[in-house]
Amino acid sequence: MSGLIGKKVGMTSIFNEDGKNIPCTIIEAGANVITQVKTEEKDGYFALQLGYGDKKEKNTTKPLVGHFKKAGVTPKRRVVEFRDFDSTQDYKVGSSIDLSLFEEGEFVDVVGTSKGKGFQGVVKRHGFAGVGQATHGQHNRLRAPGSIGAASYPARVFKGMKMAGQMGNERVKVQNLRVIKIIADKDLILVKGAIPGATGSYVLIEK
Amino acid sequence: MNPIIKEIQSELSPITANADFKSGDTVAVSYRIKEGEKERIQIFQGVVIQRNGSGSSETFTVRKMSNGIGVERIFPIASPMIAEIKVNKRGVVRRAKIYYQRNLTGKAARIKEKVFVKKK
Repeated sequence: MSGLIGKKVGMTSIFNEDGKNIPCTIIEAGANVITQVKTEEKDGYFALQLGYGDKKEKNTTKPLVGHFKKAGVTPKRRVVEFRDFDSTQDYKVGSSIDLSLFEEGEFVDVVGTSKGKGFQGVVKRHGFAGVGQATHGQHNRLRAPGSIGAASYPARVFKGMKMAGQMGNERVKVQNLRVIKIIADKDLILVKGAIPGATGSYVLIEK
Repeated sequence: MNPIIKEIQSELSPITANADFKSGDTVAVSYRIKEGEKERIQIFQGVVIQRNGSGSSETFTVRKMSNGIGVERIFPIASPMIAEIKVNKRGVVRRAKIYYQRNLTGKAARIKEKVFVKKK
């Protein structure tokens, strides 16, 4: 995937030519700096390592400080490798890639980390209906998962059984979002629909 | 609201129509309707019963009685399909959302008109 690292700004809606109201998400994606070029000969595969979002040097680990110094750039908050850039082109470490990578009207995928919901029960996490009635002597089973399997055969619980557990705060990819608009001078890109994560979180825009 | 979002809204979906009205006012909304190639204008006249949201994403609801049946229509205030919003009457109401109008008919549903007194 070739792509860019961006930052979620928030959602709004704009009107298209037909007067239809289109919900869209604004992503800020300024110049992504190339921090490393991986080559076939040296690393066994071609890839570009991009960095975006500044952070202080004192908050950066020493190995990373050295890595950024080698590329001649300031420390970056998010560093991601993209493998599908055009390998015939000559990419220079320290140069940058911007939003001209995308065109208006094309479809992109967006990867983000979803909002964490903590440890949740099956009703919220998997959409179970809960068990039985609230009244008529029913007791403490309202949001219970119900049966999780048979007894002496198979005498175990199947793998992947939907149960309570951590919900959210995981990598989520949303595919085929149309690029509504690119505002190059402000480093903004508008895609149709919602994307995972909280406002201000880093996302990957993939082509 | 995030300043970037505000800026984008004012740039990409600016409010062009007259937005100077509030609930209780009687307005006539001229709305463009596309029928294939042709475009015509339909007027929806009634009482504004609420304004909802802020910025370009704000909407307002207009209620009118049509052959004895209440009809409500929600318009996005920044919609390019709105040709004109004409304020016909300024009403005196005490709240921002006058949902109680839905339960009133006939004489009880009348809204007092605001009287402007000229300064001497």
